Amino acid sequence: MTGQATTAGDGPARQLWPLARRAGQAALVPALAIFTALILGAILIWLTTGSLATALAAYGGLWEGALGSPRALAGTLVRSTPYIFTGLAVALAFKCGLFNIGAEGQLALGAVCAAWVGYRFQMPGLLHVPLTILAGIAGGFLWGMVPGILKARTGAHEVITTIMMNYLALQIVQILLSGPLKDPRSVASQTPALAPTSWLPMLIPSLQLHSGVLLAVLVAIAVWWFLGRTIWGFELRTVGVNPAAARYAGMSVARNVVGAMALSGALAGLAGVVEVAGVALDVTTVTPTGNRYFGLGFSSGYGFDSIAVALLGRGNPFGVIGAALLFGGLRAGATRMQFNTQVPGEIISVIQALILLLIAADVIVRRLYRLRAATADEAQPALTSGWGEKVA
Amino acid sequence: MADHEALDSADTRHFALEAREVTKRFSGVLANDRVSFAVAPGEVHALLGENGAGKSTLMNILYGLYTPDEGEILVGGEPARFGNPSDAIARGIGMVHQHFMLIPPLTVTENIMLGNESRRGRLLDRATAAARITELSRRYGLDVDPQATVADLSVGAQQRVEILKAFYRDARVLILDEPTAVLTPQEADDLFAIMRGLRAEGKSLIFITHKLREVLAIADRITVLRGGRVVGQARAADVTEHDLARLMVGRSVALYERDGTAGGAGPSEAGPVEEGAVAVALGLSEVAPEHAVAPPAATAAAPLLRVEGLTVRAIGGTDRPALDAVSFTIAPGEIFGIAGVEGNGQTELAAALTGLRRADGDYAWLGDREITGRAPRELIAAGVAHIPEDRQKDGLVLPYSIGDNLVLSTYRQSPFARGILLRIGPIRDFARRLIDAFDIRAGRGGADLPAGNLSGGNQQKVIIARELSRPIRFLVAAQPTRGLDVGSIEFIHAQLVAQRAEGRAILLISAELDELLALADRIGVLYRGRLVATLPRAEATWERLGLLMAGGE
Repeated sequence: MTGQATTAGDGPARQLWPLARRAGQAALVPALAIFTALILGAILIWLTTGSLATALAAYGGLWEGALGSPRALAGTLVRSTPYIFTGLAVALAFKCGLFNIGAEGQLALGAVCAAWVGYRFQMPGLLHVPLTILAGIAGGFLWGMVPGILKARTGAHEVITTIMMNYLALQIVQILLSGPLKDPRSVASQTPALAPTSWLPMLIPSLQLHSGVLLAVLVAIAVWWFLGRTIWGFELRTVGVNPAAARYAGMSVARNVVGAMALSGALAGLAGVVEVAGVALDVTTVTPTGNRYFGLGFSSGYGFDSIAVALLGRGNPFGVIGAALLFGGLRAGATRMQFNTQVPGEIISVIQALILLLIAADVIVRRLYRLRAATADEAQPALTSGWGEKVA
Repeated sequence: MADHEALDSADTRHFALEAREVTKRFSGVLANDRVSFAVAPGEVHALLGENGAGKSTLMNILYGLYTPDEGEILVGGEPARFGNPSDAIARGIGMVHQHFMLIPPLTVTENIMLGNESRRGRLLDRATAAARITELSRRYGLDVDPQATVADLSVGAQQRVEILKAFYRDARVLILDEPTAVLTPQEADDLFAIMRGLRAEGKSLIFITHKLREVLAIADRITVLRGGRVVGQARAADVTEHDLARLMVGRSVALYERDGTAGGAGPSEAGPVEEGAVAVALGLSEVAPEHAVAPPAATAAAPLLRVEGLTVRAIGGTDRPALDAVSFTIAPGEIFGIAGVEGNGQTELAAALTGLRRADGDYAWLGDREITGRAPRELIAAGVAHIPEDRQKDGLVLPYSIGDNLVLSTYRQSPFARGILLRIGPIRDFARRLIDAFDIRAGRGGADLPAGNLSGGNQQKVIIARELSRPIRFLVAAQPTRGLDVGSIEFIHAQLVAQRAEGRAILLISAELDELLALADRIGVLYRGRLVATLPRAEATWERLGLLMAGGE
């Protein structure tokens, strides 16, 4: 026990340093997990191709495809955007103690609603873009709310219901795209093209970099602010950490569960919005701006990967941005890697799976790098008597 | 006396279990500081100390859960190294944990066999095991039916199963961790009889407790720990309760002994040692002087809380309700105590009155307001405060800061929130004020320290600070001092008495009869969900309450 003063100063420097240190500690295991997964991935490529050079070339291609040029960087950002939204969706639900496995379905519903508002209505962009975004939010919100209500009312576990509702959502979308919402001029199951007034503005048109990435960062900040600074976020977190204490303190566990699932769904819905109203399809020299529509080929996988993104980001909104950039970069770089070295792009999925595995079983990482066990402090008994001073 | 002969002969022989100069640090903090401690065959050795004194650390070292940083452990005079509890069990050490390690749906035999199965080929040999258990239970006077399902057994019987489990593994040394915490006074007497029998068989017993009365009733020798050090070691015959209390706390404590049998008598010749001190439950019957002389409040006034025929259904669909038509009133400025063995409806009573459990019908009124069936938030607004039984589960969000925990039910109100925004500054200021006012030992972390890093006593102070810092009319205090150190108990009792003086109605639910006898104006006894009796304090005695708690008349 040291003889230091018991009241800490309030200087900004004193506040910032522990904050930075905590962020560093939180990022340590994920960073080591990524590093380890990349090494294991390289070994896998080496073993399957029989050449270490191929493995290195593959990673070179990955780097080049993800970060090697302005165009590559833009591609990474575009692919990271939906990951940020779905990662935030899972992270927010997780803060309320809920495992939302349904981001994929919520994303699809958000996308279909955004697409409908986008092609069905004609209005100035100043109105059309926000309405399209709101439609996507509403679709995800309502779809996410359902498992929340089921949980609050009947106790049905949200893992089961959200998984089931993914299938429901994908079937509903299929019916809509091949029937009521189908573009009559197209043979494919897809919606009519969205009106350009509903498109997300481009940040750098030549690189197809749309403004969704800005929206995603703003939303991440909003989620952080909501969770940490509002009374609703306080309630939601309390229910997540200790529902018994939340109830004791007068909070409604049911209302927070429904609210958290709905908000989580809304965030996943935003991922649908940026995919539909942001990503340019059919880009040719004749139509350099491309088209925007929602088609059946749209099986994103962004929803499923979101669990990994949220875990890698440690449930922290800014951590989620980092994890999303990694996953987006891997996706963006995979094409170049395959083109350069014939190493199948699927190796990316293997690396992602390894990262997730190492995050989930972080004991492996800690052993490997001789890190102090995370629970060492908690495992210890209370070290003070009623009159002592707790020393961390 | 027989125990003394056993002791004297033990001095010349090897000790059954000995710790020599054992030191254990956690993150640089000394939990055990050169602790030496030994138990002889045929000896009951009590280990006394407040919570956090280092008792559990020492026991966990002796049972192989921790390895000491320095010092050594000797079994039968030979050095031993325990890597895990299996090593300790193999060397004949058994432990009965405070929270039983039994699997309720399995039978007694199955529970005892677990981890040490008798087999016939690949099949379990239950018959052989059951025969051995019957033999052991006869030999040690541990009355248990080997075929019974553990879930059906009383707490006392479950404890006997735990003891049998240790001897089934040929334990020679038995560590009993706060074994009387869950027992009625009569059950505790039965346990002491068993312990005496085991002593006569030559077993060594280590008895961990913070209750002085029990120590003097059963122990041969006593070791007192404080702050991780041995501060005293003595034969039970040579010390008084006052000596032990002083050793435990490290200062003089105001003990007000009441005639143990008659009850109701005022403070004895042992006057207050400190100005304004309150009774301390040290296993004695104590009464706070200012409380004892205070007039029985406004019991004649209109009751503030009125409960009539309150019934709560049991979870799990048994026919008998968890709380069965309970009626009582509490006047402003009155402490109404509830005695009873755990699990006789106390939890449900507290939950029903604070909105956490649904009661069947409208059966409770606070002033003119009917309060059954209301949500917790409404009741909090109506002035109901609750010190919950399970402070870590219900009362606190352990990873949250002290500040956040202090506003857990008022975070929506000014000045802690403006609109939907939390205001960190006012919350922190408020927390700092309460940390001072309630003497919460938060160390350097201050208001931002996670509540989980506090000691038990300080955690409870956080809850009490929160509940008493808003305008309240009715306080439910469920087991408010369970597992706390003497200093914290003293403080909490003072707070309850102060609230009584302020005119609040207080429902004090406690498993400690001493606490009820010291604080309550009237005491009701819950047995199987029914309020079987309500006694004014003057008529309440240990024996009478004990009998009522066990279902007798």
